[in-house]
Amino acid sequence: MKKKWMFLVLVAIFGMAFAQTVKIGLTVSKTGKFNVESVNQLNGIKLWQKWVNDQGGIAAGGKHYKVELKFYDDESKAQRVQQLYSRLISQDKVDFLISPYSSGLTAKAAIISEQYGKIMVATGAASDSIFKLGYENVFQVYTPASRYLTSTVDMIKAADPSLKKIAVVYEDSKFAKAVATAARDYAKKLGLDVAIFEGYPPSTTDFGPLINKIKASGAGALIGGGHYSDGATFARQLYEQKAPLKMIALLVAPASDEFAQLGDAALGVAAPSQWEPLVKYTQSCGPSPQQFTEMYEKAYGKEPAYRAAGGFAAGLILQKAIMDAGSVDAAKVRAALDNLDITIFFGKIKFSTDPASHGLQLGHEMVQIQWQKKDGKLVKEIVWPLAAKTAKLIYPIH
Amino acid sequence: MKALKSPFFWLILALTALFAFYPRLGNNITLRETLVLSAVYIILASNLNLMIGYTGYVNFGSIVFFGLGGYFTLWLVGAHGWNVYAAVLFAGFITSLLAMALGFGILRLRGAYFALATIGVNEAVKDFVSNFDTWGGSEGIFLPFTTYKAMGGAGKALWTVYLLIILVMGISLLLSWYVKRSKFGLGLFAIREDEDAAIVLGVKAPKYKALIYSLSAFLPAVAGGLYFFKNGSVVPEEAFNLHLSIESIVMVMLGGQGTVSGPAVGAFLYERLRGLLLTTPSLSNFHLVIAGVLLLLIILFAPGGLMGWLYKKWPRIREVLE
Amino acid sequence: MVEILSSVMDGLLIGLVYGLAAIGLTLIFGVMDVVNLAHGAIIALGMFFLYLFFGAGLHPYLALLPVAVLGFIFGVIVYQIAVRKIISGPPLMSLLATFAVSMIIIGVGTALWSTSPYNINFKVTTYNFFGYTVTSARLVSAVAAVLVTFGLYYFLYRTVLGKAVRAVANNREAAELMGIPSQQILAITFGIGTMLAMLSGALIATLFPFTILSGGVYELKSFVASVLGGLGNPTGALFGGIILGLIEGSVAPFIQVSWTNVIEFVIFVGILLFFPTGLFGGRK
Repeated sequence: MKKKWMFLVLVAIFGMAFAQTVKIGLTVSKTGKFNVESVNQLNGIKLWQKWVNDQGGIAAGGKHYKVELKFYDDESKAQRVQQLYSRLISQDKVDFLISPYSSGLTAKAAIISEQYGKIMVATGAASDSIFKLGYENVFQVYTPASRYLTSTVDMIKAADPSLKKIAVVYEDSKFAKAVATAARDYAKKLGLDVAIFEGYPPSTTDFGPLINKIKASGAGALIGGGHYSDGATFARQLYEQKAPLKMIALLVAPASDEFAQLGDAALGVAAPSQWEPLVKYTQSCGPSPQQFTEMYEKAYGKEPAYRAAGGFAAGLILQKAIMDAGSVDAAKVRAALDNLDITIFFGKIKFSTDPASHGLQLGHEMVQIQWQKKDGKLVKEIVWPLAAKTAKLIYPIH
Repeated sequence: MKALKSPFFWLILALTALFAFYPRLGNNITLRETLVLSAVYIILASNLNLMIGYTGYVNFGSIVFFGLGGYFTLWLVGAHGWNVYAAVLFAGFITSLLAMALGFGILRLRGAYFALATIGVNEAVKDFVSNFDTWGGSEGIFLPFTTYKAMGGAGKALWTVYLLIILVMGISLLLSWYVKRSKFGLGLFAIREDEDAAIVLGVKAPKYKALIYSLSAFLPAVAGGLYFFKNGSVVPEEAFNLHLSIESIVMVMLGGQGTVSGPAVGAFLYERLRGLLLTTPSLSNFHLVIAGVLLLLIILFAPGGLMGWLYKKWPRIREVLE
Repeated sequence: MVEILSSVMDGLLIGLVYGLAAIGLTLIFGVMDVVNLAHGAIIALGMFFLYLFFGAGLHPYLALLPVAVLGFIFGVIVYQIAVRKIISGPPLMSLLATFAVSMIIIGVGTALWSTSPYNINFKVTTYNFFGYTVTSARLVSAVAAVLVTFGLYYFLYRTVLGKAVRAVANNREAAELMGIPSQQILAITFGIGTMLAMLSGALIATLFPFTILSGGVYELKSFVASVLGGLGNPTGALFGGIILGLIEGSVAPFIQVSWTNVIEFVIFVGILLFFPTGLFGGRK
C-alpha cells in the first residue's frame, strides 16, 4: 500500500518536472480597426492560459501540458493574417490555433489552417459562410450570423406588435452582411416591412447621407451596424441628428463597456450579445459565469465583455477536447471536438459534423442587452430572453 | 539563336531554377513562403518597368491588373469549376484586352495627369468590385476547399502553384530582356526620351503605348490569379491595394528603372528589407519610416537606382547585367 | 422633400471642407507642377495635431490656430528637404519624393498613435430648421472652410507676397528676372498648401473619428475635387469639393450609398479624359 503511494508521488513529481507544453498560436489586432474587440479577446485567452497553468496545465493521458501562447499583431489587416498564420505553423511550429478577431480575418486564417491541416478554434467570428467551404479543422465558438439578430427581431416585435417598418443598415463586411441578410429574411417572415436594406463601406465615418435616408423612409426601428468603431460612430451621429427611431439595435459596439463613453448617445441602444456576466448557465466543466467574471475583474479591473468570455471559452474548449482525446494528437483532438456536447460558463457548445457545415456552432444562444440609466449611471441590462432579463426593455427610446 | 550566346539569358534561367528548386529540395515551407512574395514583387516590378522605365509613363495603378487577374481566376475556378491553369491564362488574356481598350483612352494623358488617371481607374475598379455581387461584393470570393483536393491535396497544390509563380517570374524577366533588345523596345525608348520627336520620326506612339500597356498587364494578371488561388480567397482591399502599387514603383526605382535586372533586384531587396523590418520587434514600428527615408535618399542622391550606381562604378558590368 | 433638402445641405456643408483640402493640393500643383502625394498623410497629421492640442485642454476651434502655424512650418521643412532638389526634374521624381514623405509621416504616426481610431469629444449642439437637423460642428467646419478660403484669396490678390506667388505660378523664369526669389516663394507656397491640408484635416477631425490612415480617403477626394475644378485652379477646387459633397448627399436617397465612390471615380477618370482642364478651366 505504502509502495503504491510512493509510486504515485514519484509519478506526480516526474510529471511536474517533465511537464510538457502545448503551443497555441494566434494573431491579435493590437492596432487598427478591431483593436478594442481583439485585445478584449486576447485578455480572455491569456486569463485562460493563466488559469489552466495554475492548475498544472492540461491533464491528458497521464501527462500535464503547460500552455504556451504565441501571437503576433495582424494590424486588423487581411494581408497580414495569412502570412502570420503560415509563419505560426511552419516556423513557430504551434500545435493548435485560435482564430483572430472578426469573421473577415478568421476566414483568411481558416484557409491557412485547413491548407496545413491544423486545428483552429474560431472565436470572435460569427459568419456562417466560413463553415460552408468544406473545412475539417475549424470549429466555431460563437452563435453563427444566421441566428445572431433573429431574437432582436423577436424582441422588437414583442415590445411593439403595431410596428410595421424597420430599417436594416449594416457594415458591408462578411459578418455584418450575413447577419443583416438573415435578420431581413426573418423580419419579412414575421410580416415586417424592411424599408431600407443597405450596406455601408467599413471605412465609413460620415453616416449623414444614410441617416437622412433612414429618416425619410419612416422606419420605426433600426437594426444593423457592424463592428466597434463604425457602430459607435453610427450611434453618435444618430443621436446628434435626432433620428426619430423607437428602437436602435446595433451589432457588437453597444455590447462593449467602451460604448458608455458615448454618454447620452448610448442611452436606449440595444445589442445582441454572445454572453453577459449575469447569464445563468450551469457549467459541466471550467469556472461558473460568476467565477469567470470575478477572475477577470481581478486580473483586468473591469467587467469582461463577451469577446473576453469568448476568448476564455475558446481555450477551455480546446482544453476539454485535449483532455477527452487524452493526447495532443491532431486527429484525436479533432474527433474529440466533433463529439463535444457540453455546457460551460459561456453556454452550450456543440459543433456541426455535417460535411456541408462542419464546425458550425449549433448549441450556443444569444442574449439581448440595452443601455439604461440606473442611479444616474449608464449600465448594460439584459432585456431578452424574458426568462433571463435583469431589467425591463425601454421602448420607445425617443 | 543569338539569345543563347548572351550570358544574361543564362543568368535569368539559372536564377529561376534556383528559386524553383532550392526550397523544393529541402521541402522548406518557410523559405517557400518568403520566396513566393519576392517572386510576386519581382513580377510586378519587372512588368511595371516596361511602362515606367522603357516608355516613361508612370503607372501608379498597375496593381489593378494583378487584382483583376485574381478575381477572374477565382471566379472561374470557384463558380464555374475551371481548372486553375486554364483560368489564369484566360484571366491574363482578358485583363490584357481590357488594358488595351483602356490604354487607348488614358494613354493620351501625359505626366502627372496619366499618373492620376491610373489611380482613378484602380479606385473605380476597387469600389465597383466591392459592390459587384457576382464577385461576392465586399466579402470577396472564397474557394471551396475541394478545389485543392482535386489537385492532390492542399500541400501538393501549394507547391504546384509556387512553381508556376516562379515560372511566371522567369518569363517576366525574359520578356523585359527581349523587349529591350527588340525594335519595339527601341520605339518605346524613343517615346520615353521625347514623344513628339518620336512621332515625327515615324514611331506609331499611340499603338506602341497601348501595346506595351496591354503587355505589361498580362503577366501580373496571371501572377495575381496564381497568388490569390494560393491564398484561397480574394477581397477588394487586398486585390486593388494602391499601396502595393506604389511600393512596386519604389522597387523599380531602388533597383534602377529602364534596366532588366534593376527592378528584379530592387523587388528582392525591398521584400527582404520589409520582412526584416516587420519581424524585428524594435524596428517593426518604423518599417514605413525606414522605407520612406530610403526612397527619399534614392530619389535625391541616386536617381539611377542600384544599377545606375553600379554602371557608373564599373561600366563593364553592363555587358553581363542588362 | 425635407429629406432631400437635408441631404443636399449636408452635402454642401461637407463639400466645403473637401474643397478646402483640395485647394491645398491644387495650389501646390498650380504653382510648382508637383502632385503632392503626401497630401493625405498631411491631412491625417492635421487631425492628430488638433487631437494633441485638444488633449492639452484647448477648445478644438481655438486649436485650429496653432495647427495652422505648425502646418505652415511643416510644409516649408518638407519642401526644403524633399522637394527643392527635384522640383525641375520629371514628374515621377516629385511624385515619389512626396510619396516618401507620406510613408515617413504615416510610419511615425503609426508608431506614435497606432492605427486605432481617435475621437475629438466635445460638446456639440443640434439645431433644427423646419425639420432639417444639423450639428454645430458641421456648420462651424463649413464656415471655417469658407473663411480660410477668403483669407487665401485676400493673400493671393491683395498682398505683395501673394502677387509674387501668382507671378511664380505663371512663369518662374520671368518672375526671377523681375527679382522675385522663386525658391522662397515656392517654399512659402508649399507651406500654405500644407497648412490648408492640415486645417481641413483638423476640421474633419471635429466631425468624424479618424486614424492615422484616414487621410487616404480625403487625398483621393481632393484629387477628384481638384481635377473636377481643373488642376491648379483654387476656385475650381472649392467648387469641385462642393460638387463632390453634393453628389454624396444627393445621390444617397436614390441608390445604395456604397455606390457613390464608384460614381466619383468614374467621373474623375471621365473628366481627365474628356475635359483635362476641368469644368472651370485649369491653370494657364
